[in-house]
Amino acid sequence: MNDDYNLRGKVAVVGVGETTYYKHGQSPDPEFVLVLKAILAACEDAGINPKEIDGFCSYSNDRNDPPRLANALGIPELRFSNMQWTSGGGGAAAAVQNASGAIMAGSANVVVAYRGLAQGQFGRFGRSGGSRPVSGAAAYTLPYGMMSAAQMYAMRTTRFMHEHGVGRGAMRAIAMACYHHAQNNPRAVMNGKTLDAETYDSSRWITEPYRLFDCCLENDGAAAMIITRTDRAKDLAKAPALVLGAQQSGGHRSGATAENATDYVTSSFKPAVKHLYAQAGITATDIDVVQSYENFTGGVVMSLIEHGLCTYENADEVLTFDNLRADGGKLPLNTSGGNLAECYMHGLGLQIEAVRQVRGESCNQVPDVKVALANAGPMVAVASTALYGTEETA
Amino acid sequence: MSRSTNEAHLPGLRQPAPANDGLDAPFWEGTRAHELRVQRCKKCGLHQWGPEWMCHACNSLDLDWVAVEPTGHIYSWQRPHHPVHNALSDRGPYIIVLVELPHADNVRMVGNLLGDPLQEVEIGAPVSVVFEDRDGDPDFTLVQWEVI
Repeated sequence: MNDDYNLRGKVAVVGVGETTYYKHGQSPDPEFVLVLKAILAACEDAGINPKEIDGFCSYSNDRNDPPRLANALGIPELRFSNMQWTSGGGGAAAAVQNASGAIMAGSANVVVAYRGLAQGQFGRFGRSGGSRPVSGAAAYTLPYGMMSAAQMYAMRTTRFMHEHGVGRGAMRAIAMACYHHAQNNPRAVMNGKTLDAETYDSSRWITEPYRLFDCCLENDGAAAMIITRTDRAKDLAKAPALVLGAQQSGGHRSGATAENATDYVTSSFKPAVKHLYAQAGITATDIDVVQSYENFTGGVVMSLIEHGLCTYENADEVLTFDNLRADGGKLPLNTSGGNLAECYMHGLGLQIEAVRQVRGESCNQVPDVKVALANAGPMVAVASTALYGTEETA
Repeated sequence: MSRSTNEAHLPGLRQPAPANDGLDAPFWEGTRAHELRVQRCKKCGLHQWGPEWMCHACNSLDLDWVAVEPTGHIYSWQRPHHPVHNALSDRGPYIIVLVELPHADNVRMVGNLLGDPLQEVEIGAPVSVVFEDRDGDPDFTLVQWEVI
């Protein structure tokens, strides 16, 4: 890849921050205030004045738009505003990608990637209501009782388990690893609540093949990341986490309605991973720790396979609780507790945890991390994935 | 190879309406007439579902609606237990199937599998359409499935 057209190492995350993470509907603050607080926390972490921010990137139709944020923060020059279209939390790494692209293009110098959710103020993802007629894509699913996120992504997992004969053991191990890691994370909503195999196996069905603990949480809170040029980072408070690569992808007709994606049994990462590893100049074996977006555990299994971290054949052997834990596992996964047990901040918390691992600041620090992966999406129309590295990986 | 019923499988959910740009009106008119219609490209002949204004293979804008044989086989499935809508609160589990239509270039359709909600569901099992006629505003017809 021509270096002039590769952001590898030239852009870095220099600050991360989040609000207190709440159970859904329990935030004492309005959503907009949560976002402001997260941005201030990330700026403080970076040692950067919030008034230096000149770009904003978010995803999933975040309701807190850049002009209003810039007004509140008193930002003198709002140079770049970006919304990653569609696919919900699948845009988390894409927000970092878009911020990095803006910096590389000279469109902005200090960009914040952010996400805020206050479900008490605005309603839950996992609940549907209303009686008005539905049209378009929803008309082909909703009258049949298929409307929640779990229902939208259950049949891919059923088909995956059918085609490859793997999954249940790995899904259980993923859930247990997330809860295990949350016990050392004071930010985690599920800190103090452990999960063993028996509890997982006896938990209620949400929709077969997903049990309760296969499904992400719903939470209130906000998170933010400050991204700037790597050559600027040396003046700032913390060691930078270099963006080694960031990509997004939808495959052929991945957005087709009524479950008609050409490649159905996929986490949607295949094109993105190919470009990510080429951009970063690494392979899966160079990755020291993985943050893999759990909307539902079945999607994580597919994601890890499509990132080359295990195979269809050995997934059940590699994806065990012992292998996935930060304390001694070969493939440490979701070391903050992730969307299942830290907080469902629509995946931005997973990006932040990758940065903390690169800095050596995680609550479940993996020894000697040089490269950390954080993806977002699985099974959505457009998924995104990013690699972060220490300064020595530049 | 199809039958019809007046019994609502999941009453109280939001009813379907044709898209306001008219794209899928022929589909919903078809279900009222107890015909399973999908798009077919007049230029290259490919069947297409869900509907779109363009053929995704040859990019022709000249698309037709054709009735296809209302049978297929189960490609995937799920069994929701947790009610996410008030109308489902006391309903108990139900089955959603994704049905592949071999007579229409293997396009897939979503519907409910009728019968025992706790039945074992077999991927690959042959199924046929049950047109579910419903009172509404206006009246509408859903496409449901049962194992042959």
